[in-house]
Amino acid sequence: MLKIQNLHVSYGGIQAVRDVSFEVPEGKIVTLIGANGAGKSTTLRSIIGLVPAAGGSILYKGEELRGKTTAEIVAKGVTLVPEGRRVFPDLTVEENLRIGAYLRKDDLKSDLEWVYSLFPRLKERHWQAAGTLSGGEQQMLAVGRALMSRPKLVMMDEPSLGLAPIVVQQIFAIIRKINEEGVTVLLIEQNANMALHAADIGYVMETGSITRSGDGKTLLEDKSIQEAYLGK
Amino acid sequence: MKNVKKEAILPAALVLVLFVGLFVLERVVPASSILFVVLKKGAIYALVAASMNLLNGFTGLFSLGQAGFMLIGAYTYAIFTIPVEMKPVVYQYYDHAIGFTLPVPVAILLAGLAAAAFAALIGLPVLKLKSDYLAIATLGFAEIIRAVIQYEKLGPITNGSNMLKSYPKFNSVLFPFAVAGVCIAVILLLINSSYGRAFKAIRDDEIAAEAMGVNLFKHKEMAFTISSFFAGISGALLAMFQSTVQASAFKSSMTYEILLIVVIGGIGSISGSVIASFLFVACSEWWLRFLDTELYFGSFQIPFLRSGFRMVVFSVVIMIMVLFYRRGIMGDRELFQKRREKKKGEVQQ
Repeated sequence: MLKIQNLHVSYGGIQAVRDVSFEVPEGKIVTLIGANGAGKSTTLRSIIGLVPAAGGSILYKGEELRGKTTAEIVAKGVTLVPEGRRVFPDLTVEENLRIGAYLRKDDLKSDLEWVYSLFPRLKERHWQAAGTLSGGEQQMLAVGRALMSRPKLVMMDEPSLGLAPIVVQQIFAIIRKINEEGVTVLLIEQNANMALHAADIGYVMETGSITRSGDGKTLLEDKSIQEAYLGK
Repeated sequence: MKNVKKEAILPAALVLVLFVGLFVLERVVPASSILFVVLKKGAIYALVAASMNLLNGFTGLFSLGQAGFMLIGAYTYAIFTIPVEMKPVVYQYYDHAIGFTLPVPVAILLAGLAAAAFAALIGLPVLKLKSDYLAIATLGFAEIIRAVIQYEKLGPITNGSNMLKSYPKFNSVLFPFAVAGVCIAVILLLINSSYGRAFKAIRDDEIAAEAMGVNLFKHKEMAFTISSFFAGISGALLAMFQSTVQASAFKSSMTYEILLIVVIGGIGSISGSVIASFLFVACSEWWLRFLDTELYFGSFQIPFLRSGFRMVVFSVVIMIMVLFYRRGIMGDRELFQKRREKKKGEVQQ
């Protein structure tokens, strides 16, 4: 579904992503793990068009995304749940969700109901300002907001960041549920353990390049990965 | 939908009562009363304050160009409505270049469009800037507009630094209320539309808004142009109200007055801007006038009361506002929008 080939991205004067290639097959959960500053976020940001790529290609369903605007890319069915949630604090939960569907002009009612069925908590609080939600609820809102664009590929940047372990588990349960409903997921995580358990395919990124790849289980059992990322 | 209609009945009824009240008032109170000055100028300032709030409060663009766009509106209106036979008198030092006259409604619309067109043009470079830099750049452009209009070579059109006069004015207070009312209603509709939601999203978090597919530049340019359109209309109204118009009066201090109104009313509340605008005009034109006149009890002169003291009081008021009442009169709420807010309050407790 998504095929990244020899991607180069320079960001703030440094080459953050160097010659990165990977694939996200349709219907799978793919994770990109790695330490802080490995270039994971930059990769996602360049896929969605927030940061221009300096070289390589980003093929989505065979179509080049490089050079397209974020709005065009979102309209094609790719969406990003940004790092640190970034909900709109002064807007209500429902307004946040509606912004997620900003590029669509059709009726949003059934999609609102779908998102509310995934996150009953959001329905309870639909009139509340998003800034008053707890961290976990804000992460649910950020995911729900991204789903409002009816995406085929959801990219999530550190959805577990700063959340309590029990909330992290809830978020991962939701990621699996979304995936079961037919949405392909590209997940970035520092919490490698959770991510590799959830993922069908994993890639390890170090200082701007992909160093390892394999299915989730294989990577979990790999000695060097256990030492570097799983604290074993 | 039913709820929407229900919520609209109360404001609609109030607007009706307001206009009937004003109609009666004009027949009861003598026309020379200061009350009408306050009402007329208050309505005009309410419109420009609402337009500034659209930009500063709802889109998060801190722009200080309002006086410049009002100036464009005021001059566009005046230039195109001075009767042909009066032009030689008004343009006494120049050969007037525009030899025709437009109907008043067309000229008012043109005033808005001229301001909007200029805003669209300067928005291209200026809107790439953020916060303070944007404020400085827009303030600078407003000053440039003032200087250009006073430029001697443009005399045949703008009458240089001389005033424009003899154009049609309004007598009834109903006129500025109607025009400002319609414009503010349009601003409110815009804010509650999906575009308004995008504006607010940009204000709250630019990066997230962009990631949702909101084209930042397009929406900023749109907010800037629309805001300037309404500033231009209010400039035309101000020209009509003042009966003469001169570029030198549209200084940055005028923008600060409007900013003061927006802050007092509440950044992010249109009804706050309207309320604060009438309060501000009433204070500066009427209630606080006494601060500027020297007052004696026998031979004892009351200290501080002299010309200019009013401005000192205003400065103190704005400092107090900024320090202790940063949310202003209305905060970010609107009148007749109590239901949602109440629920919000309950949860916060």
